[in-house]
Amino acid sequence: MGDHHHGPATGIGRWLFTTNHKDIGTMYLWFSFAMFILGGTFAMIIRAELFQPGMQLVEPGFFNQMTTLHGLVMVFGAIMPSFVGLANWLIPMMIGAPDMALPRMNNWSFWILPPGFLMLASTLFMEGGAPAFGWTFYAPLSTTYAAPSVTFFIFAIHILGVSSIMGSINIIATVMNMRAPGMTYMKMPLFVWTWLITAFLLVAVMPVLAGAVTMMLMDIHFGTSFFSAAGGGDPVLFQHIFWFFGHPEVYIIILPAFGVVSQIIPAFSRKPLFGYASMVYATASIAFLSFIVWAHHMYTVGMPVAGELFFMYATMLIAVPTGVKVFNWITTMWRGALSFETPMLFCIGFLILFTIGGFTGLMLSIAPADFQYHDTYFVVAHFHYVMVAGAVFSMTAAVYYWLPKWSGRMYNETMGKVHFWISFVGFNITFFPQHFVGLAGMPRRIPDYALQFADFNMMSSIGAFIYGASQILFLYNVLATIIAGEKVTDEKVWDGAEGLEWTIPTPAPYHTFEVPPKLDAAHA
Amino acid sequence: MATTEQAPAGFEKYYVPESSSLAVRATIGLLATVFGAGLLLNDMTFGEPGAASMSKWVLIAGLVFFIFTLASWFRTAIRENLQGMNSAQLGHSYVLGMFWFIFSEVMFFAAFFGALFYVRQLAGPWLAGEGEAGRMNDLLWPGFDFTWPPMITPQEAVGGVDSQPIANNGAFLTQDRSMAFADAHHWYQWLPMWNTIILLSSSFTVHVAHTALLKDQRSKFNLWLGITVALGIIFLGLQAAEYYEAYALFGLTLNSGIYGSTFFMLTGFHGFHVAMGMTMLLIQLIRSMKNHHFTATDHFGFEASTWYWHFVDVVWVFLFLFVYIL
Amino acid sequence: MVGGNVMRSALMALMALPAAAFGDNQVNMSPGVTTIGAEIYDLHMLIMIICVVIGIGVFGVMFYSIIYHRKSRGVVPSQFHESTKVEVAWTVVPFLILIGMAVPATSTLLEVYDNDDAELDILITGHQWKWKYEYLDESGENVSFFSNLATPQEAIYNTDQKGEHYLLEVDEPLVLPVDTKVRFLITANDVIHSWWVPEIAVKRDAIPGFINETWTKITEEGIYRGQCTELCGAYHGFMPVVVHAVSREEFNAWMGAKRADEAAQVAAAAMDLSLDELMSKGEAVYNAQCLACHGAQGEGGVGNAIAGSAIALGDIGTHLDVGIKGVAGTAMQAFGRQLNDVDMAAVITYQRNAFGNNTGDVIQPSDVASHKQG
Ligand code: HEA
Ligand code: HEA
Ligand code: HEC
Ligand code: CUA
Ligand SMILES: [Cu+2]
Repeated sequence: MGDHHHGPATGIGRWLFTTNHKDIGTMYLWFSFAMFILGGTFAMIIRAELFQPGMQLVEPGFFNQMTTLHGLVMVFGAIMPSFVGLANWLIPMMIGAPDMALPRMNNWSFWILPPGFLMLASTLFMEGGAPAFGWTFYAPLSTTYAAPSVTFFIFAIHILGVSSIMGSINIIATVMNMRAPGMTYMKMPLFVWTWLITAFLLVAVMPVLAGAVTMMLMDIHFGTSFFSAAGGGDPVLFQHIFWFFGHPEVYIIILPAFGVVSQIIPAFSRKPLFGYASMVYATASIAFLSFIVWAHHMYTVGMPVAGELFFMYATMLIAVPTGVKVFNWITTMWRGALSFETPMLFCIGFLILFTIGGFTGLMLSIAPADFQYHDTYFVVAHFHYVMVAGAVFSMTAAVYYWLPKWSGRMYNETMGKVHFWISFVGFNITFFPQHFVGLAGMPRRIPDYALQFADFNMMSSIGAFIYGASQILFLYNVLATIIAGEKVTDEKVWDGAEGLEWTIPTPAPYHTFEVPPKLDAAHA
Repeated sequence: MATTEQAPAGFEKYYVPESSSLAVRATIGLLATVFGAGLLLNDMTFGEPGAASMSKWVLIAGLVFFIFTLASWFRTAIRENLQGMNSAQLGHSYVLGMFWFIFSEVMFFAAFFGALFYVRQLAGPWLAGEGEAGRMNDLLWPGFDFTWPPMITPQEAVGGVDSQPIANNGAFLTQDRSMAFADAHHWYQWLPMWNTIILLSSSFTVHVAHTALLKDQRSKFNLWLGITVALGIIFLGLQAAEYYEAYALFGLTLNSGIYGSTFFMLTGFHGFHVAMGMTMLLIQLIRSMKNHHFTATDHFGFEASTWYWHFVDVVWVFLFLFVYIL
Repeated sequence: MVGGNVMRSALMALMALPAAAFGDNQVNMSPGVTTIGAEIYDLHMLIMIICVVIGIGVFGVMFYSIIYHRKSRGVVPSQFHESTKVEVAWTVVPFLILIGMAVPATSTLLEVYDNDDAELDILITGHQWKWKYEYLDESGENVSFFSNLATPQEAIYNTDQKGEHYLLEVDEPLVLPVDTKVRFLITANDVIHSWWVPEIAVKRDAIPGFINETWTKITEEGIYRGQCTELCGAYHGFMPVVVHAVSREEFNAWMGAKRADEAAQVAAAAMDLSLDELMSKGEAVYNAQCLACHGAQGEGGVGNAIAGSAIALGDIGTHLDVGIKGVAGTAMQAFGRQLNDVDMAAVITYQRNAFGNNTGDVIQPSDVASHKQG
C-alpha cells in the first residue's frame, strides 16, 4: 500500500502541482476571499459615488464598469469559488473518501480561475474600458455597442465555465462513487446533498451560458444575427438564454449555503436536524423549479400574457420548498439547548435576513407588481439580502465553524462576535434603505440620482463602509488564528457537532480516510 | 460515531496521484490560446491595432502547447492504468466523469437548439407582425413575411439600412447579404440524408467493433473501428462540400441573417464535435494497432470514445430533423 | 379588487408610521393616478402584509427558542427530528396562501395586457439617451419630437445648484390627455431601454426591432416623472421621462400649436439665416443633442473631440455626412432622422465656429436639404 503518512510537498510547487483536496480547497478559499475584497472594492467605489447626488468621483461610463465588474467578480469570483473550496475541503471528509474522485482535474479546475479573472480584470486597462453592460450583459449593449474588451470578457466567461463544469463533475463523481461503505445517500450530511444538487445544476447550466457568450462572440465578430432583429434574430433571445442559466445560478449560490446552515444549526442546538428527508426533497424541488422560472427576470420585456402567467405561478411555488427549509431550521432550534458562538450567530443572521430576502423575492415574483419593482433598488435590496446575508453570511459561519478543524487553532470568539454584530448592523444599514428608495422610484445601475433619494443613499453608503470595514476584522481574525491561535486538539471541536469530519484528528491530517471508515450502524 | 481503521477484505486503495504539473501546463496552454484568440479577433495588441500583431502566434503556440499537454495527460492516465494502479472504483470515477461531461455537451447544444426554436416559433412570426406579442411590428418591418427558411431578412425586406427609420442596430449595414435563395428547400436534400445514413451506420460499426473487442477479436476490432473512423472522415468531407456549396454557390453565409446563423452554428459545432470524436476513435485505433492496448475487460478509453460518438450521432439526428427536414 | 378603499386607507395609515419617522422621504410605492396603479399598489401591500405576518410568526418562534431554549439556562435538548403531520401542514398552508395571492395578481395582469380600444396611439422610441415621442395619426400626419434631459451639466458636476427636479426634467415632455385610454407602442433605436413612470404604473422595455404595447388611462392632471430603467450605456442615468397630463381641451390646443409649429419649421427651412442666428440656435441644439457625448467645450468624451477635429475643420460635405448619417457601428447616430434641416444646419455651423474652430463657414437649411438629396 506504499508510503503512508507523507505530508505536503514544500515551496510553491506544493500549491501549483498539488492534487490534495485540502490544499485545493485552501487555494479556492483564499482566492475567493481575494475576489471578495476586489469585488468589495468596486462596491465601495459605487457607494462612494452614490454618497451624494451629482457626479463626484468617477465618470458615468466608469461607474457602469464598476457595477458590472462588482456583480461578475462577486458572483463568479467570490461566492462560487468559496463554496467550491468548502466542498473540496469537506466533502471527502464528510463521506469518508481519501480525496476527490479526479484529483488532477481538481487542480486544473482551480488553476484556470486566477488567470481567467486576471484576464477579466485586465479589461479595465484596455481601450474603451472594461465591460460596462451589467453582470447580465444584455445584447445589443454587450454586442454591437460594446467596447472591444468584450472579447476578453467572453473568453473569461468561457474559462470560468470550464472551471465550474470540471469542478462540478468532480464533485458529482466524488459523491456518487467515493462514499464510505454504509454511507447511503440518505445518510449523507446535508451539505453533501446540497452540493450534489448544486453540481448538477452547474453542469446543466454553465454550458448554456457558454452557448450564450458564444453567440455574442459570433454576432460581434462574424456577423451572425442571433440578437439582432434586422437579421431576423431577437435581443430578447439573449435574455431567455441568459436567465435559463441565470436563475439556476442564484440557487447554485444559495443551495450550498443552505447546506452549511443545516450543518451548523443542529450543532449549536445540540439536537438533530429536523426533517432531514424533507430537506433533501425540498432542495431537489428547488433545483427542479429553478429551471422553469427564468423569465421572472423579464416580466417587462413584453412576453405574451400566457408566458407571463406561467412564469409567475412557477416562481411563486419556490416559496413552498424554501419555506419548508426555513421551518425545519427553526424547528431544529425549538427545544434544543442553544448556544451562540460566532458560527451560530451568523446562521441566525442568515435565517432572519435570508427570509426577508425571500419575502421580497416573492413580492418580485408577482408579475404586475414587478412592473413597479423591476430594475429598481428594490431588486438590489432583494438580492443582497439573499446573496450577502444568505451566501456570504453562511460562508462566514462556515469558516468560523470549520477553521479550528482545518488549522487546529481556535479563533478569537470575542472578535468573532464583534465581527458578527458590526456585519449585521452594517449590512442592514446598507441594504434596508434600498427597499425604500427602490419603492420610491430609484432605478438601479445609475451613477447619479434625483434629490429625493439623497438621504437614504447616504445612509446606505455609510452602512456599506461599516460592513466593508468589518471584513478587515474577519481577515485579521482568520490570519491571527492560523498564525497564533490557541491550539485545539479535540476531535470534536464543538460539543454538538456531528459527522465524519469530527472523528478525525484536529488539525485534519494531510491525508484522511485512505482506508474508508466503517460507519456506526446507529448513525442516522 | 465510531469508525475503525481496518481495510475491509478485498479493498483496493484509491489511487491519488501525489502531485502533477499537468494541470498548470494545461492552464498555460488554455490561457495562451484564448488570449491569442481574443487579440486576433480584436486585431489589436494591447489596444494598438496592427496587421503585424503577434496574436496569431500566441494563439497557435497556446493551442499546440495545450494539445501536447492534453496528450501527455492522457498518456499518463493510460500508463497508470497499464501499471495496474487504477482500482475498479477509480474506473467508475472515469465513467461518471465522461457521462457528466457528455451531459454538459448536451446542454451546450440545447442552447443552440433553443435559439433555433425560439426564432422559428416566436421571434420570426413576431417580426412579421403575427401573434399577440408582434401585432404592431408591421410599423417597423412593413412587408416582411416570415417563412422558414426565411428568404429575406427584415432589414432587406424594408429596403436596406437607409430606408429603415428606426431599429437599425448596425448589423446590416449593406444590402448585399443575401439571406437564402429560392431553392433553399431542395439543394441540400440529398446530402444530409447521406450524411445521416453515414453517421448512423458508423454508430453501428463502432458497436460491432465493441462486440469484437468483448470477444477479444483484435483484428476484427481494428477493422470495424477503422471503418468507423473512415465513415467519420467521409461525413466531414461531405459536410465541407455542403459548406462550400452554401458559401460559394448560394451565398448562404454566417452573415445571411438568422438562417445562416443557426444553420452554421448548429452544423458547425456538430461538425467540430464529429471531428473531435473521430480523432478520439482514431487514437484508440492507433493504440490498439500499435500498442495492443485494450482487453475484453479493460478498455475504458475506447468505450468513452464510443459514448461520445453515439452522442454526436444523436445530436445529428436532431439536427437532421430540425435543421433540414422540418 | 383587493379590499378597495377601506383597505387602502387602513394600509395608508399603517404606512404613515414609518413615513412619519423618515420625515420627507418617500418610503413606499405610490398608488399613482391610474386604476392599474392603485391595483398594483394594493397587491403590493397585500403581499407585503402577508409576508410581514408570516415573518412575525416565524421569527417569533425563533426568538422564543433563542430566549427560552438556551444552553445557559441548563435545558436538556430534546431529540425529536421529524413529524410528518407538521411537515405536511407547512407545505400545504403556504401553498394555499400563494393561491390567495395568485388570484388577484392574475386579474391585474390580465387588465394590464388589455391593449385594445385605445383612443390615442403614441410610438415611443428609446435612443441613447433620449426618448422620441410620435403621436400616430390616422391621416399619417404624425407629430413627433425628442425629449432630452434638461438638467445642465454644471448642476450634475456640482458647479451649480441642483434644482428641485434635478435629473427628472426634460426640454419637452410627453403631453397626454386625462381620462383617455392611451396606447403606448414602445421600441428602441439602438440598445434596450425601458420606459417607466411610477405614478402611472407603466414600465415596458423598449426592444430594438420589436414593438411592445401597453396602455394607461390617467385620472388626474399633473406632471409625472420617471426614468429609463434598463441599462443602456454610459448615460442611462440621464434619460428621464416626464409626462404632462392635461385636460382634453388643453391637449387639443397643445396639439394644434404643435402642428402649427412644425409647419413653421418647414417654412423656416426654406429661408436663409444669418451666422448669428445659426450660432445661437446651433448652441441650443448642440447642448441638447451633442453635448453629452462631445463635451461642453467640444472636448469629446463618448464621442471624439469637436474642438480641432479634422472633420469639423475640413470638408463641409464630410461633416454633414457624419451629422446626417452618423458613423455606423458607433454611438454616433444618424441625426438626419432626428433633427430637422434648420437645426442640422445650425448645429453644424456651430460646430465649425465654436470651441476655437473658427472656420467662418455658414451652412444653410437648404444646404442640408440638398446634401440629403445626394
Ligand atoms: C442567492 C440568490 C437568490 C435567491 C435565493 C433568490 C430567491 C428568490 N428570488 Fe431572486 N434574485 C437574485 C438572487 C436570488 N433570488 C438576483 C441576483 C436577482 C437579480 C438579478 C439581476 O437582475 O441582476 C434576483 C431577482 C429576482 C427577480 C427579478 C426581479 C426583477 O428584476 O424585476 C425575481 C422575480 O420574481 C426574484 C424572485 C425570487 C424568488 C421568488 C425567490 C425565492 O427562492 C425565495 C423563497 C423564499 C421565501 C419566500 C422565504 C421563506 C419562506 C417561508 C418562510 C415560507 C412561507 C412564505 C410564504 C408562503 C409567503 N428574484
Ligand atoms: C454575492 C454577490 C454580491 C456581494 C457579496 C455583494 C456585496 C455588496 N454589494 Fe453588490 N451586487 C451584486 C452582487 C453582490 N454584491 C450583483 C450581482 C449586483 C448587480 C450588478 C449589476 O447591476 O450588473 C450588485 C450590485 C450592487 C449595487 C448596485 C449598483 C448599481 O445598480 O449601480 C450596489 C450599490 O450599493 C452594491 C453594493 C454592494 C455592497 C456595499 C456590498 C458589500 O457587501 C461588499 C462588502 C465587501 C467589502 C467592502 C470588501 C472587503 C473589505 C475590505 C477590502 C476592507 C476595505 C473596506 C473599506 C475600504 C470600507 N451592489
Ligand atoms: C451618443 C453619443 C453621441 C451624440 C449624442 C453625438 N455624437 Fe457625434 N460622435 C459620437 C461618436 C462615438 C463619434 C466618433 C465616431 C467614430 O468613431 O468615428 C462621433 C463623431 C462625431 C463627429 C466626427 C468628429 C471627428 O473628428 O471624428 C462629428 C462631426 C459629430 N460626431 C457630430 C455630432 C453632432 C452634430 C451631434 C449632435 C447633433 C453629435 N455628434 C452627437 C457620439 C455622439
Ligand atoms: Cu435608456 Cu437606460
Ligand atoms: Cu431568478
